[in-house]
Amino acid sequence: MTAVTALIILFPFAAAAAGLLATRLGLRDPRPRDARVRDLETGTERAVYRRAAWFAIAPGAVSAALTVWLAVSLAAGTGVSGGRFWSELFPGRAEGTLTPVETGSVPISLTLRADGLSVLAGILVVVVALAVQVYSVGYMRDEPRYPSYSAFVSLFTSAMLLVVYAGDLIVLYVGWEIMGLCSYLLIGHWWEDRANSRAAVKAFLVTRLGDVGFLFGIFTLGMAAGSFRIDDVLRADIPRGVLIAATLLLLAGVAGKSAQVPLQTWLPDAMAGPTPISALIHAATMVAAGIFVVARLYPAFLAAPPTLDVLGVVAAVGMLGAALAALAQDDLKRVLAYSTISQLAYMAAALAAGSDRAAMFHLVSHGAFKALLFLCAGLVIHHVGSNLISHMGGLRTALPVTFWTMTIGFAALAGLPPASGFFSKDAVISAIEHGAGPAQPFVYASALLTVGVTGAYAARAWLRTFFGPARIEPLAEPPPGVAHVFDGREAPPSMLWPAGVLAVPALLLGLAGVAAGAEVEWGAAVVGFAVALLGAGVVYALWRAAPEQDPARLLGPFRVPCERAFHVDAAYAALVARPVLRLARGVVRTDARVVDGAVRGSGRAALGLSGLVRLAQNGNAQLYVTGLLAGLVLIAVAAVVLT
Amino acid sequence: MHVVYPVVVSALLFSIGVYGVLARRNAILVLMSVELMLNAVNLNLVAFDVWLGDRLHGGQVLTLFVSVIAAAEVGLGLAIVLAVFRTRRTVDVDRLRALAEVPPASGPGSERPAGSAVQPADGEGAP
Repeated sequence: MTAVTALIILFPFAAAAAGLLATRLGLRDPRPRDARVRDLETGTERAVYRRAAWFAIAPGAVSAALTVWLAVSLAAGTGVSGGRFWSELFPGRAEGTLTPVETGSVPISLTLRADGLSVLAGILVVVVALAVQVYSVGYMRDEPRYPSYSAFVSLFTSAMLLVVYAGDLIVLYVGWEIMGLCSYLLIGHWWEDRANSRAAVKAFLVTRLGDVGFLFGIFTLGMAAGSFRIDDVLRADIPRGVLIAATLLLLAGVAGKSAQVPLQTWLPDAMAGPTPISALIHAATMVAAGIFVVARLYPAFLAAPPTLDVLGVVAAVGMLGAALAALAQDDLKRVLAYSTISQLAYMAAALAAGSDRAAMFHLVSHGAFKALLFLCAGLVIHHVGSNLISHMGGLRTALPVTFWTMTIGFAALAGLPPASGFFSKDAVISAIEHGAGPAQPFVYASALLTVGVTGAYAARAWLRTFFGPARIEPLAEPPPGVAHVFDGREAPPSMLWPAGVLAVPALLLGLAGVAAGAEVEWGAAVVGFAVALLGAGVVYALWRAAPEQDPARLLGPFRVPCERAFHVDAAYAALVARPVLRLARGVVRTDARVVDGAVRGSGRAALGLSGLVRLAQNGNAQLYVTGLLAGLVLIAVAAVVLT
Repeated sequence: MHVVYPVVVSALLFSIGVYGVLARRNAILVLMSVELMLNAVNLNLVAFDVWLGDRLHGGQVLTLFVSVIAAAEVGLGLAIVLAVFRTRRTVDVDRLRALAEVPPASGPGSERPAGSAVQPADGEGAP
């Protein structure tokens, strides 16, 4: 079964290699480059594009099929039950070491492990990745760099699957870093626009900051346990202090990857990437990897309650702050980005409260409905030619399919039954309600408030996008590299189908979860539902009163701070970015003045001294011979005297 | 005759030659001083040959060689002096400064290859 697991990871990897290396094999176009770019409709470029699409989709489909097979065989298996929640669902378990790597101290083993948790996350990854690849074929139709784009998506899928199926912390870290790299490359896909490449660099640097802590956390755990294998680490008897330090370090990486406070600032800027990327990487999978890792190492976290308290506080601050920020944004994708931060904070809060079951339930359902929302947002943006909600409106009749799928997505986001979000959010809230720890009341209050704000911003985005007067105006000329052209029709079927397919799990996953054994706690469910309805109702009332105006005005004087995400970016710029820049400038000056000065000064000094010596070289051969003779005499005298 | 006499004479001759090479300004006289030094050597060779009673008379043979080489050398030297005189209109060695490096024209860094520093006229390149 390990072979199947390896194949699941290797197929997208092979797709990435083929996409990067082989899309143009045998399809050389003799024309100059700019002529090729203009000629996207016919000829070689179209063939390259079609081939790249096949490379992207076919291995992904194989991987998905293999994952389903793995899930079925695990569900039928009777392996060891580890006592964690997934052992009811998928009792089977497979772990295999491909090869151990001797390092001289703690050995690394290339271990893959397939159990319920991996398969749960693995299904989410392959399904969303496949949907996004199919969607991208339509979305990136006029994109000259489509082959590299789809190859990076495949590489990302492979890396994420490596994280999911890793049985060794170092293997997990490898996948973790490749994901970060792909995220960087794909955010900066339209690098012609300086803002996009800056956003990519920002995402890279901020997540890297957390990854440093993550790596050292891995080292601490590995050194303490004498092995990097996850099983050994979880079974090892690690002193409490070491465990707390290690999990806190891991938490830094989790906060970076999952965009939690205080490293959340990169995710909204990451929306500069193409919308399918936002759906795959920045909503469904990569940002959820942090939550997944905590769930994977959950026994270690459970043994370190201070870490869980920190996680709870971070989550409580993050969920409410991000939800308020989402309420005030005008960019549809940024609304969804802040909503992602807020929902990830829900999962983190569930973990902090002691329920990895609720966290994973919400992770999977959030992956489905947030990917759906992003794909629908892509459809809307594709149609309107703008990211701004204030440019949208009245799209219900123009985009009926998008309207219905996105409605399902928003219902799931707000937690309205019977969509999946209702059940998973209920699980999270009841987990928080029963949680322990000193921060529990604070987290619970924050979670309930956030439910209301979530309902409000979901309703606002929904109403402002699909209802009210139409505000579409065809844009004059799309900026280069942006596939935004208004054409007044619904998007091509290759974009509608993935959204439609994803709408099914977004709607039904909750019911499936209940069927699979998740209990619904009706008290918490009713409270959550009521609060969400209240938030949505307030926004609806405001919107009903004045459909032309933004319901975000209910925030009053807090609107500007919310829109600017509480000036965290400005604070970081003042506290970190500018001092670092000043320091860097100081270093440059020191380098130019002191280091270079020393080098140049020594050069100048040598020249001056050599000028003195040069006086002897006046061209008079007799002087030279005199010097020669004097030297000879000296040597002779020395020979006589010294012997 | 004691060997000291020819040795002292040859030492005196050699010293005169060295003085001439180092101090005379006329190139012809410098060449003649070189001859003096060579002849001092010759004198030494002959004297020690006799004093040591070498059966093969290696010293005298070597003297012959030195004389031949000296003749050739003077021929070459005179040819050079003639050539110098034709180009420079002088044989004053103090004014033949083509070996001097031209000081850098403008600040440090503007180096030029040493061979390109041919003097356009005598004495102008002297620092």
